[in-house]
Amino acid sequence: MTAPILELDGISKRFVKSLDLAEKLVALVNPKLREQVVRAVDGVSLHVREREVLGLVGESGCGKSTLGRIIAGILPKSAGTVRYRGNDVDHLDASQARDVALKVQMIFQDPYASLNPRMRVQDIVGEAPLYHGIVTTDGIDDYVAEMLLRVGLDPSYRRRYPHQFSGGQRQRLGIARALAVRPDFLVCDEAVAALDVSIQAQVLNLFMKLREELGLTYLFISHDLGVVQHLSDRVAIMYLGRIVETGPTSELFEKPNHPYTQALLAGVPRLDQRHRRFEPVKGEIPSPLDPPHGCHFHPRCPHAIARCRAEQPRLVDIAPGRLAACHLNDGS
Amino acid sequence: MTSNFPTLVVEDLRTYFYTKAGVVKAVDGISFTVDRGEILGLVGESGSGKTVTGFSIMGLVDPPGRVAGGRILFKGDDIAGLPDDAMRTLRGNRIAMIFQDPMMTLNPVLRIDTQMIEAIKAHNAVSNDEARRRARDILGRVGIPSPDERLKAYPHQFSGGMRQRVSIAIALLNDPDLIVADEPTTALDVTIQGQILYEVQKLCRESRTAMIWITHDLSVIAGLADRISVMYAGRIVESGQVDEVLDRPLHPYTRGLIGSVPSENRRGVPLAQIPGMTPSLLNLPPGCAFRARCPRADNACLTPPEMTLAAPGREVRCFHPHLA
Ligand SMILES: Nc1ncnc2c1ncn2[C@@H]1O[C@H](COP(=O)(O)OP(=O)(O)OP(=O)(O)O)[C@@H](O)[C@H]1O
Ligand SMILES: Nc1ncnc2c1ncn2[C@@H]1O[C@H](COP(=O)(O)OP(=O)(O)O)[C@@H](O)[C@H]1O
Ligand code: SF4
Ligand code: SF4
Ligand SMILES: [Mg+2]
Ligand SMILES: [Mg+2]
Repeated sequence: MTAPILELDGISKRFVKSLDLAEKLVALVNPKLREQVVRAVDGVSLHVREREVLGLVGESGCGKSTLGRIIAGILPKSAGTVRYRGNDVDHLDASQARDVALKVQMIFQDPYASLNPRMRVQDIVGEAPLYHGIVTTDGIDDYVAEMLLRVGLDPSYRRRYPHQFSGGQRQRLGIARALAVRPDFLVCDEAVAALDVSIQAQVLNLFMKLREELGLTYLFISHDLGVVQHLSDRVAIMYLGRIVETGPTSELFEKPNHPYTQALLAGVPRLDQRHRRFEPVKGEIPSPLDPPHGCHFHPRCPHAIARCRAEQPRLVDIAPGRLAACHLNDGS
Repeated sequence: MTSNFPTLVVEDLRTYFYTKAGVVKAVDGISFTVDRGEILGLVGESGSGKTVTGFSIMGLVDPPGRVAGGRILFKGDDIAGLPDDAMRTLRGNRIAMIFQDPMMTLNPVLRIDTQMIEAIKAHNAVSNDEARRRARDILGRVGIPSPDERLKAYPHQFSGGMRQRVSIAIALLNDPDLIVADEPTTALDVTIQGQILYEVQKLCRESRTAMIWITHDLSVIAGLADRISVMYAGRIVESGQVDEVLDRPLHPYTRGLIGSVPSENRRGVPLAQIPGMTPSLLNLPPGCAFRARCPRADNACLTPPEMTLAAPGREVRCFHPHLA
């Protein structure tokens, strides 16, 4: 078995949510409205193996992007340990830290917002590898051409600006920029969500091709279960800041263990299901600002028992390679 | 009332934008019918003209755009080019639209009850109490817990999914005959999406409301719609019953779209991809707009294909459809 390339141990992130203008106005008449603390990520432990695609799924606001940003090193964590190739990233010297920062790159949902509109393609892709001495000034033109070809863009586009590209091309450009620093690990945050279906297929195929060619490892964040199922070797399901289940993709999709995973999979629209009878959500959908005690899922869970309201279930082994956090697995 | 007419008949609708760069033919001669209790899925990629179609029906197209041709028959009466005040009376009463962004419907500085009661009283001679009761009932129907309390809240106090449900509740307030829903669940998670689809389905079944469900997501349409019309570059290229279109697509573009959807039985295998990208409507090539991306294109396709009847209830705009 290959050693994990990335290990997370008890990662947490707390945000203090200050009031926006509208809320400040409401607060004048309703003094109960105060600054609140969001536990966006709450004690997450996970690992990703070399060359693996780990899919991270969960509803909006459950903490996926926050976790992805911590892994990519662009957001400080509040607690926990991140180990990259066995080394605690908090205990690296400056040059090792720089190496890790380059090895883990992030691809965002909105390719436009993440590209400098006043820079040409040549500089968007070439700036970082030049700065970090990955390539010399003499070699940069060829290097940029190589990166563009790799993501399926014509190198003759090098003098263009981001606004001169379509959404799918901009996403390719974002990928070329990330690849230019020779990463091992890509954190893709809803990287195809903004794209049309036909263009989305092109970019998903590109991710798979790059994985083969470059031996990349991915954390693939998406709320689209079809995409995750297609791409991932393993899946982690997140609910209100916590991982509730992980396992190999096919096993998890065939036999989801956690009641939240079950609800999620039951809701996935599929091409071959016609004239469906859709089901309403049972119970109230909680706010991340005020998550329920015990098991976060208990107000919506059809199997909840008294213990679920009081005690947080731990993530435990339920089968080889599979973990879940539900009291029902205690078997007592 | 002229109730033996279908709820909505759109005939050869053309909506053009007269911009400095040229005329953008966002909707260029589309026709379809939706009857009571029926859900029509309008599918297409971004820029294909779905939203402009919805806005045209609602009379919401602003300059430099306008409806340049065709008819929009609502229960038999042409409402294209109806004066603003007459259109306003229809809107929010007999015809309602649900937007992708619920804040297009909601006013951020007014309480939910104020907004809902106003919407009811604008079209009905009822007391405040009666209107409030109706608002509360409908909030309950779209699955908002403790509706009495929620009525007193402001939009920002709801999560995204709840806000969308409130905007759907507002669309339902006056029991409209037709609802145009423009990708209302695209940004939502599957569990919340399921909840909203449940409410929509119930409405069409129980109140016999006609619905146009606009989306780029074929999987949602598969479970929800009765019939599908596929749009490409401002035109409908294929239409038919949902099973027919998804199981036996005739148009090369529809086939490509279906092949692009990731699914369990294609796990790990590269997805079929449509090469190239959607063309700019400002300089569409002559002939079939899909030509540059189409594996079946030949010289015949240099002239524009007409919509033709391939089988009863099955239409396709292509010289070389995938006939069995
Ligand atoms: N800078 C911030 N300040 C305050 N709260 C934040 C901040 N960033 C995120 N949050 C909160 O942390 C929680 C998790 O947010 P995050 O962006 O990680 O969610 P997500 O799972 O990526 O959601 P989505 O699917 O909508 O992208 C949310 O409740 C969010 O409102
Ligand atoms: N106000 C406008 N001015 C000029 N062109 C517009 C305007 N609104 C929409 N369009 C064009 O009309 C076409 C169809 O747009 P739209 O109906 O919004 O597409 P969809 O909803 O299918 O994504 C696009 O090419 C778009 O750029
Ligand atoms: S711990 Fe209890 S409430 Fe949580 S998922 Fe399991 S049964 Fe449901
Ligand atoms: S008309 Fe020709 S180019 Fe257009 S879809 Fe049919 S085969 Fe393809
Ligand atoms: Mg996110
Ligand atoms: Mg649109």
